[in-house]
Order: sequence, then structure tokens, then C-alpha cells
Amino acid sequence: MKLKKFLTFITFFLIILSFNNNSHSIEPSIFVQSTVNRASQVLSNKSSKEEKIESLKSIAKETVDIQGIGFYTLGKYRKNLNDDQIKKYINLFEQYFLKSFASRLAEYSNPEIEVKSKEKLNENYTMVTSVLVGTSQRPEVKIDWRIYTKNPDSPKIRDLIIEGLSLARTQKEEFASIIDSNDGNINALFSSLKEFVK
Amino acid sequence: MRKFIIISILAITFTFNVNADTDGENDLSKNNTPQVKDCFEKINRATFKFNQAIDGAIFKPVAKVYRVLPSPIRSGTSNILDNLSNLITIPNNILQGEFKKAGENTGRLVVNTTLGILGIFDVAKNMGLTEYEKEDYGQTLGAMGVGEGCYLVLPVLGPSTIRDTAGSFANMIGGDGWYNVSAGKDTQHFSDFDYWGSRGAQGVDFRAKNIDSIDNLEKNSMDFYASVRSLYLQDRQQKIANSKTITETQNDGDWEEIETQ
Repeated sequence: MKLKKFLTFITFFLIILSFNNNSHSIEPSIFVQSTVNRASQVLSNKSSKEEKIESLKSIAKETVDIQGIGFYTLGKYRKNLNDDQIKKYINLFEQYFLKSFASRLAEYSNPEIEVKSKEKLNENYTMVTSVLVGTSQRPEVKIDWRIYTKNPDSPKIRDLIIEGLSLARTQKEEFASIIDSNDGNINALFSSLKEFVK
Repeated sequence: MRKFIIISILAITFTFNVNADTDGENDLSKNNTPQVKDCFEKINRATFKFNQAIDGAIFKPVAKVYRVLPSPIRSGTSNILDNLSNLITIPNNILQGEFKKAGENTGRLVVNTTLGILGIFDVAKNMGLTEYEKEDYGQTLGAMGVGEGCYLVLPVLGPSTIRDTAGSFANMIGGDGWYNVSAGKDTQHFSDFDYWGSRGAQGVDFRAKNIDSIDNLEKNSMDFYASVRSLYLQDRQQKIANSKTITETQNDGDWEEIETQ
């Protein structure tokens, strides 16, 4: 009888332990689907466009690694910046990112996104594949999400790859073009960003 | 004489491109993203501006009207154009050694031209043939390991590279069955007008399908020219790799260095 009690106790103990281990870790594909669902709820409700943009921005702040994307987007110029410039850049980039991201999304009235599969690239990254369901106005669109999973308790979106075209890479090449056409002067990028977020 | 000039241009551009790729390995197979040089950036930017003006005056307004046409008319037009493009896709499937795809696309062409009434209906799709993927001579050159050369913006036709432009010359020296029977030779059935009309329709069809995304990109770009260049080059790279999995065409190296957690 004692042995039975002991075994029951051990079993419960192990179950609780295993729950504890996984309780905070979030599966990347579930993370994407729930983020998309939150965004679509905002887009389909009856609030004004400005209110929608504000809600989308707060979802983005929680789910997107804006700082990481900002560093990636700077490419080779990242290493030339001093601490003050980095601070200034990160602040400007966040404003730029939220403005362009929210206004891009706000155009869609009720996007229906279905998560299809996922592929773990390594400990830090998982690629989640989804489709934006087609309508009579536009065909189905394939969207892949690069999820940063270094901290599995708090996965973050780092890139959207739409029909094979990476938004982060496009932005990186755009930024490089602005800096290059101004003889490598990073201040040119700062002024373009300031102009955009105005 | 015209053929001689075209062949000479092709020969010169190929030599340059092959020389540029010195280690003998296809860049795509190394899973990195080499920077394509924009050697003619000033001229390209000017041509890009000119194209934007043409787009604003002709393509965009026509695409807007086209977009409100009933859906069967739009999908019929799009299907006819896709069906014609098989005449370029099939020889390129063969050149790339994709014989199975060449066979499937030949079947698609025959079925859609006959049962599908000159391509209006995509009967082949309903018969369960795999998804149609366009191929062209530029992609075949890329698959053979010929580098892009410099980025080019062509008047009216838009973004390209030296390699892709050279590839499209092949259409005019016998590589496109549709060009051969319409603009290439005087046949009684088709005229120059049919060929150039179909090319114009292709432009309008593409513009109409992407009207919102292009507007959106323009509105959210600080350097629209650079964004379009990046997207064009990424798209070509992906099409040449004929890759279904996204990870093969994405360069992970740059991401690995960035730690925020």
C-alpha cells in the first residue's frame, strides 16, 4: 500500500515537473497564429483607422524584435556607429518601423492567414510557413515568418518573407542605398528616417 | 544583319558574365546572396523615373479599369497569356534538363489550347497537372551558372540585369514560338499587332494584380528605386533556384550575429 502511495506521489511529482518545464515555452507556429488572430481581430472591428493603427502598433511592440531588425537592416554600417548614434538610430528605427508596418497592415480589411507548417533552422530560428487566403481581387499569397527563438519563452518575429521576398532584406538594401548614395554618411539615413516619421 | 548584331551582343555579354564568376561554382548553391552591382545607377534611376511617368500615364490607369472588369474576363485573359508563355517555358525546361516538366507543360499547352479554347480556360489545372511555373532564357542562363552582370532598368519593360536582357534577346532570334509566328515572320494568321498587344496585356495584367502592393511599397519606401531593385533581384534569384523551401534562398549568416535576447 505504501509503495502504491509512493508511486502515485512520484507520478504526480513528475507530471507537475514536466508541466513546469514547458509551461512558458511557446511553440513558434502557435505564436504566429495567435499573433495573426489578434491582428485580424483589430482589423475587422469597427474602430477608426487611427485606433486600429494604434492597436496594431502595440501588438507589434510585443511580438516583433524591432531592435534586432533594426540592427540587421544596418548591415555592415552597424559596426561603424558609436553608442550615441546607436541609441539615436534605434529610437528612429522603432518609430519608422511602427509607422510603415501599421500603415501597410491597416490597408487589409480582414486578412485570413492560415499557418501551414514550421521548420526549425537551429536553436535561434524557426521558419513558420503560412498562406494569406486569396480573394477575388488578389491571389493566395505565401508568407513565411522568421521567428527568433533564443528565448523560447518569448519568441519574436524577425522577418516576413512574402512569396520568397524578404522584407528585412529589402529594407536593408534600401538603407544601404541611401547611405551609399551619400558617400557612406549615416546622417543621411537619419534624416531620411526623420522625414518619414514626421 | 540584325541577327548578326544580336548574336554579337549576346556573345559579348556572356563572356563578361562568365568571367565574373571565377570560382566555377554557382553562387546559389553556396546559399549566399551576392551583391549585384548597379553599374549604371544614374542612368537606371533616370529610366526608372521615366518608367514611373509612363506607368502613371498608361499602365496604372488601364490596370485600374481592367481590375473592375468581371472576374471571368480577367482570369480568361490571364490564362491566355500564361498559355502563350508555355512556348518560352517548354524550351527552357528542356535546356535546364527538366524533361518531366517539359512534358507536363507540353500537355498543358495542348489541352488548354484545344479543350480550353485558345487558353481561355485552364482545363489542365482541373485535370490535376502540377502548378505552372514560368521559365525564361535568363533563368536558364542563371541555372547554368552565368552571373547577373549589372542591374539594368529598361525603358517601359522595367527592372532587369545584363544576363536577363541577353536572355530576352533569345526570344527574338527564334526562342519564342509565339514571336516567330506573329512578329517574327509574316504569317497569314497573326501579325505584329497580336504579339505586341499580348506583351502590353501582360504588363497590364501584372500591374492589375499588384496594384495595391506596389502603391503600398511606394508609399512606405524612402528610396523606392532601391526597394524595387532589391525585390526584383530576390525574385529572380528564387526563380532560378526553382526552390520550394524558403530556407534555401535566404541568407542566414547576417542574422546569426544579431543578439537581442
